[in-house]
Amino acid sequence: MKEKINKVISKFSDLRKNNEKALITYVVAGYPDIDTSRLIIENLIEHGADIVEVGIPFSDPMADGPIIQKAFAHALEKNVTPDDCLKMINLIKSKYSQVPILVMTYSNIIFSRKDAKFLKTAVSCGVDGLIVPDLTFEEAENYLKVAEDLNLATVFLAAPNTDSKRLAKITSISTGFVYMVSVYGITGSRNQFEKYTFDSIRRTLTTTSKLGKPLAVGFGISSAQDAAKMIEAGADGIIIGSSLTKIVSDFSDDKSQMLKSLGAFIEQMKRVCKITN
Amino acid sequence: MKTKSVPGKFGIYGGRYVPETLVPALEELEKSYMKLKKDKNFQKELSYLLKNFAGRPTELYFAANFTKKLNGPKIFLKREDLLHSGAHKINNTLGQALIAVKMGKTRIIAETGAGQHGVATAIACAVFGLKSEIYMGAKDVERQQLNVFRMEIMNSVVHAVESGSKTLKDAINEALRDWIANVNDTHYLIGSVMGPHPFPTMVRDFQSVIGKEIKKQMYVLTKGLPDAVIACVGGGSNAIGTFHPFIEYKDVKLIGVEAGGKGVNTEYHAATISKGRTGIFHGMQSYFLQDNNGQIREAHSISAGLDYPGIGPEHAHLHDTKRAFYPRVTDKEAIKGFLELSKTEGIIPALESSHAIAYLMKNANDFKKDDNVVITVSGRGDKDLQIIQKFIKETSFS
Repeated sequence: MKEKINKVISKFSDLRKNNEKALITYVVAGYPDIDTSRLIIENLIEHGADIVEVGIPFSDPMADGPIIQKAFAHALEKNVTPDDCLKMINLIKSKYSQVPILVMTYSNIIFSRKDAKFLKTAVSCGVDGLIVPDLTFEEAENYLKVAEDLNLATVFLAAPNTDSKRLAKITSISTGFVYMVSVYGITGSRNQFEKYTFDSIRRTLTTTSKLGKPLAVGFGISSAQDAAKMIEAGADGIIIGSSLTKIVSDFSDDKSQMLKSLGAFIEQMKRVCKITN
Repeated sequence: MKTKSVPGKFGIYGGRYVPETLVPALEELEKSYMKLKKDKNFQKELSYLLKNFAGRPTELYFAANFTKKLNGPKIFLKREDLLHSGAHKINNTLGQALIAVKMGKTRIIAETGAGQHGVATAIACAVFGLKSEIYMGAKDVERQQLNVFRMEIMNSVVHAVESGSKTLKDAINEALRDWIANVNDTHYLIGSVMGPHPFPTMVRDFQSVIGKEIKKQMYVLTKGLPDAVIACVGGGSNAIGTFHPFIEYKDVKLIGVEAGGKGVNTEYHAATISKGRTGIFHGMQSYFLQDNNGQIREAHSISAGLDYPGIGPEHAHLHDTKRAFYPRVTDKEAIKGFLELSKTEGIIPALESSHAIAYLMKNANDFKKDDNVVITVSGRGDKDLQIIQKFIKETSFS
């Protein structure tokens, strides 16, 4: 399979030239409302986010912990639709065309509409790639074809218990990066990461680097110390999701304080991503 | 048929749509199951328990009074209500718990709606000395206190699930989340023919004992195959168990009765085949009740066991290929069925099973007098008495 260069992969190579790691931020679209989530994303970009993941709410997010579950439920109560989320991405893209934006959502949102309608709309709104946490490569044949036609970057997930055979397959079909799930578990912060997390990052890297694909680590990273440890283990990028969502939730009555806190948090993370070796 | 070429696929349905963390566990389970399926000792152990502990085979009873009353076909009742625990669920829980033991798993998790599968899981875990934790929607915990207590008495821990709609689908979400976090020592004992491969196939195999017995018993009683078999469908485990041995006999009508709730033109029903559309949820491709954007909707049925917005993938395929037929019956009609069988036969059926009974009451004229029709009574109705009592009081229904 010959691969066209997509925005996600070129972002990683730009960062690598500057000896930087990718700071990837995950934001739930429509939480606390569509306009505010757009401001949140623009604010994160201004403070140093390299790549943005936009979570499109789904009624039953099986890989997500309580923080993101609540944010999804809140957005759905306000009738936020996938189209609203894609339109929001379109607005952000008109200002920040150079920042890769990936959609992260569950299979049913993407596949329950016929003829790849969701994917086509996503591309027309400027989406650069997709992450589907409940899609395994066995079930991805059609999706990969459409994604290739639309030049959408694909990101598949690898877990601590993924064997090297599966990992090779996952890496080869991920045209954006490989998303390493740091732990046995769902999204949300951990008090502490165990040794197996770092062992699995190192093990996964031997495959991803051989195949020339970036490896970003996510699930439960809530502090600069956590991020530094992932980077030390060799990650090409770190993904921050629930801890950002928690800040949004904690400051839901005070938007300016919310944006300030998010900015400060992301700048801290950014510093970690810049200090390498 | 060319449809079974990919393991775990029923036509386009089924498959394995799960976070990567679960894939090794599902592969291990598939491998162990395929091996044990052919293992004589495993089959012997399971048969022993099904016979001596659970009470198999169950009777196939000619319901003479009910037959006379409906003045339609001859009606035979498959008495799964007579099993230990009072429902067919135990066919599956004993099988899966035994597999878990063979795989060296020490902890079992399960979801439950009304509590029938939870109780059957607690029983199986008590038999094998396994730790068990049951996820149950907070609303269901409140509605089914007695079943919660039954599980606790048998040493299961019951978790009330407060997320989402606080019912069965959320209990499944929470069980899946637990499994993702504890995949190394835990087996997720799914209660129906749903979820990612190999569950729909494995649970179907365990429940097929129902249909296999029917086939033998019908031969003894009538020297032939039944003309139709009828069962209720939520996730669809007792129905697929009833249907499966008959799928290859095209003359045997397969009828799976869905819960029409307050009517399929209201928002309150669980008629997944009639009103749902293809989607991906809980690890499988199948029919689901969902909105235009793919958000899963809540289901409604007076019988908690049918209160699920999806259906097993093999049923979706049997529907698409027109091999089986999936009509629906409302809450009210189901209650009529419940009361009628109780009165005429002295058998109090589960509200779930009452849907199958009510279907035949409504459509007895579609059959010839000398047709032989089997209804699977998937469980007994003691658990539903309060609901019936309340319904009669509120609607002056009788």
